[in-house]
Amino acid sequence: MIHPYRLGGYNIVLDVCSGAVHVVDDLAYDVIGLFEDHSKEDILQILAGKYPAQDVAECYDQVEQLKDMGRLFTPDVFAPMADTLKRRSAGVVKALCLHVAHTCNLNCAYCFASQGKYHGDRAVMSFDVGKRALDFLIENSGSRRNLEVDFFGGEPLMNFQVVKDLVAYARSVEKEKGKNFRFTLTTNGVLVDDDVIDFANKECANVVLSLDGRKEVHDRYRVDYLGNGSWDRIVPKFQRFVEARGGKNYYIRGTFTHENPDFLKDIQTMLDLGFTELSMEPVVCAPGESAALTEEDLETVMGQYEELARLMLRRDREGRPFTFYHYMLDLKGGPCVYKRISGCGSGTEYMAVTPWGDLYPCHQFVGEEKFKLGDIWEGVTNPDVQEQFAACNVYAHEACRDCWARLYCSGGCAANAYHATGSVTGVYESGCKLFRKRMECAIMVAAARELGE
Amino acid sequence: MEHIKTIETRDLCESAKNGGCGECQTSCQSACKTSCIANQQCENKD
Repeated sequence: MIHPYRLGGYNIVLDVCSGAVHVVDDLAYDVIGLFEDHSKEDILQILAGKYPAQDVAECYDQVEQLKDMGRLFTPDVFAPMADTLKRRSAGVVKALCLHVAHTCNLNCAYCFASQGKYHGDRAVMSFDVGKRALDFLIENSGSRRNLEVDFFGGEPLMNFQVVKDLVAYARSVEKEKGKNFRFTLTTNGVLVDDDVIDFANKECANVVLSLDGRKEVHDRYRVDYLGNGSWDRIVPKFQRFVEARGGKNYYIRGTFTHENPDFLKDIQTMLDLGFTELSMEPVVCAPGESAALTEEDLETVMGQYEELARLMLRRDREGRPFTFYHYMLDLKGGPCVYKRISGCGSGTEYMAVTPWGDLYPCHQFVGEEKFKLGDIWEGVTNPDVQEQFAACNVYAHEACRDCWARLYCSGGCAANAYHATGSVTGVYESGCKLFRKRMECAIMVAAARELGE
Repeated sequence: MEHIKTIETRDLCESAKNGGCGECQTSCQSACKTSCIANQQCENKD
């Protein structure tokens, strides 16, 4: 299967199953489009009025050679491997999302976690629960050396002392246990101070800083309990935070909604504020909600993604590059095919832990009682739920079998699928549409950079 | 005449022979927490 498309002045052909990316001229683009269903003679005849016959014949031979080398029209032989990685690592947990605070000092209307409470009571995680969660991770990580823990909420800095104590505990045992803990922190910024900055710069491999871009956009949703916007309070803190990190290992992470499908203006605001590691995501909410993106918005967003790709290349040329999370595509060093077909690992190797120690498949399922997997003392006591997630792979989705982007999204996010369709193996169609556009843009940017243009 | 420029990429068929160590980063832990696999890095390519 191939995916030919034109973007940014390039004719690009992706060979889906080998991962090969080709930048081709107009003639090759036409020949490749005809190649599978026509003979060489047919193609020579069809393109006779458009290109010299000798060029067409020469190009046809080049295409045929690439096919023989396994770099074009490569068949999909991966389906039988779909559960290999999960079978090989059954019972192994390597990442936890620690909900250290089910409470928040902001009252964002679009919060998927219902203002950090996850449709339940306010709560913070005790050190004892957190310590047991880390022990659970170590005990269940098998031979995995790299273990990941994200401090999440709610607002994790509302329980900062426990965060610090848990990191200190993990550092005290990791060498003896042969593990390497990688900590990350997601924060709204309100409680960021020098103590937080020093701690995060010493211990956190990455920090995710929530900022939606333009002040009026950010303050529309990200308000405190008195209704005051938070932009003025957090931007100077984030600037100080990022400067102290040497401008690396962070993401300014925004959400765009029906109110700002023209999110490129928010990206531009982030750049103007001096931030260069950016992630801007479509809101996840029920279709009827006021923040939800409409069909009309999706068209705007698709155009914005293309414009963003052009902006990245322009700033590359000006010597002012920036990173957009979804366009970070390392064509040479990306994940192996096992990872690409087996998905994100939610419910199997990745779990979320509530403040009282319950286990859920990921942070987006917390509060959905029927998805509770078990707890950090007894482990997984609801194997039926885990089995549902273990069976989630790209080949479990009928609609994915004919999608050219399936080895880039791995079947998509189970939580998005569940919230959109009621099934973790459903297909979140508008999410797919945006994902495909992002991948087209990301591949184009990567190819342009590779060509030095 | 060169009609096709092939960009160097990791051969996915080749990665089926030596991949699957599981040490790579969990995608949802990296940045977005909502619409995350191809954006990840292999930790063990060689």
